[in-house]
Amino acid sequence: MNNDRIEKTIVLRAPQSRVWRALTRAEEFGAWFGMKLEGAFALGAHVTGKLTRPGYEHLAIVVMVEEVQPERLFSYRWHPYAIDPKVDYSKEPTTLVEFQLLEVPNGTRLTIVESGFEKIPSERRAEAFRMNDSGWAGQIKNIERHVSA
Amino acid sequence: MSARSTAAAGRAHVAPVFAALGDATRLALVSRLCAGGPLSIARLTTGSDVTRQAITKHLGVLARAGIVTDVRQGRERIWTLDPAHLAEARGYLDEISIQWDRALDRLKKFVEE
Repeated sequence: MNNDRIEKTIVLRAPQSRVWRALTRAEEFGAWFGMKLEGAFALGAHVTGKLTRPGYEHLAIVVMVEEVQPERLFSYRWHPYAIDPKVDYSKEPTTLVEFQLLEVPNGTRLTIVESGFEKIPSERRAEAFRMNDSGWAGQIKNIERHVSA
Repeated sequence: MSARSTAAAGRAHVAPVFAALGDATRLALVSRLCAGGPLSIARLTTGSDVTRQAITKHLGVLARAGIVTDVRQGRERIWTLDPAHLAEARGYLDEISIQWDRALDRLKKFVEE
């Protein structure tokens, strides 16, 4: 069990170059992520985007590109769960999102790691948690599963 | 208790939960209390390479984060897991985790079509 990072791995039936493009071209990223982005994901760039999912359109997200290793690694920093338009998140700590790509026989293995949650202020976590009412009943079971894993 | 009131009550305790769990010994203690709690320090020390003194210190860290509580029973302290704070900390990551799952589903469709 790790409490300050999220890690996901998925095999995509597409060539590494295709996955790379979908991740690092701002408009393609926006298309699957659900965000309208302005600018390009260049090293060190700060790219601002607006969420396009219904109900979230008022939210601006800033993607701060951290590392670009062509077709292997793309990473950026952002403010996780920055869902309150009245709050200025820019001074708060960020999390790091890394996309690691690896060629496999059937396509591309993509690993996503989001880390740095231990630095996020507790009131933000509580806020996010309030949005998560539906998941409450399963939480105790989750703990058991996580601590016994 | 509803999720809302639990979150409000535990608001101040969420950050220390993450910090307190960032240690293998403390995670092992939580795991043991989860599986077989409540337990005394003597029982928690049994079968562990860690000294009783160190276990006591780790339990103190977990207690300050609101993850465990203790009651005095005779000459011993008995430790119990308080899952509410743990659940709250997990809730935050679970929510973000679910969002990544959905985003990855969309990415899969996007690159495979």
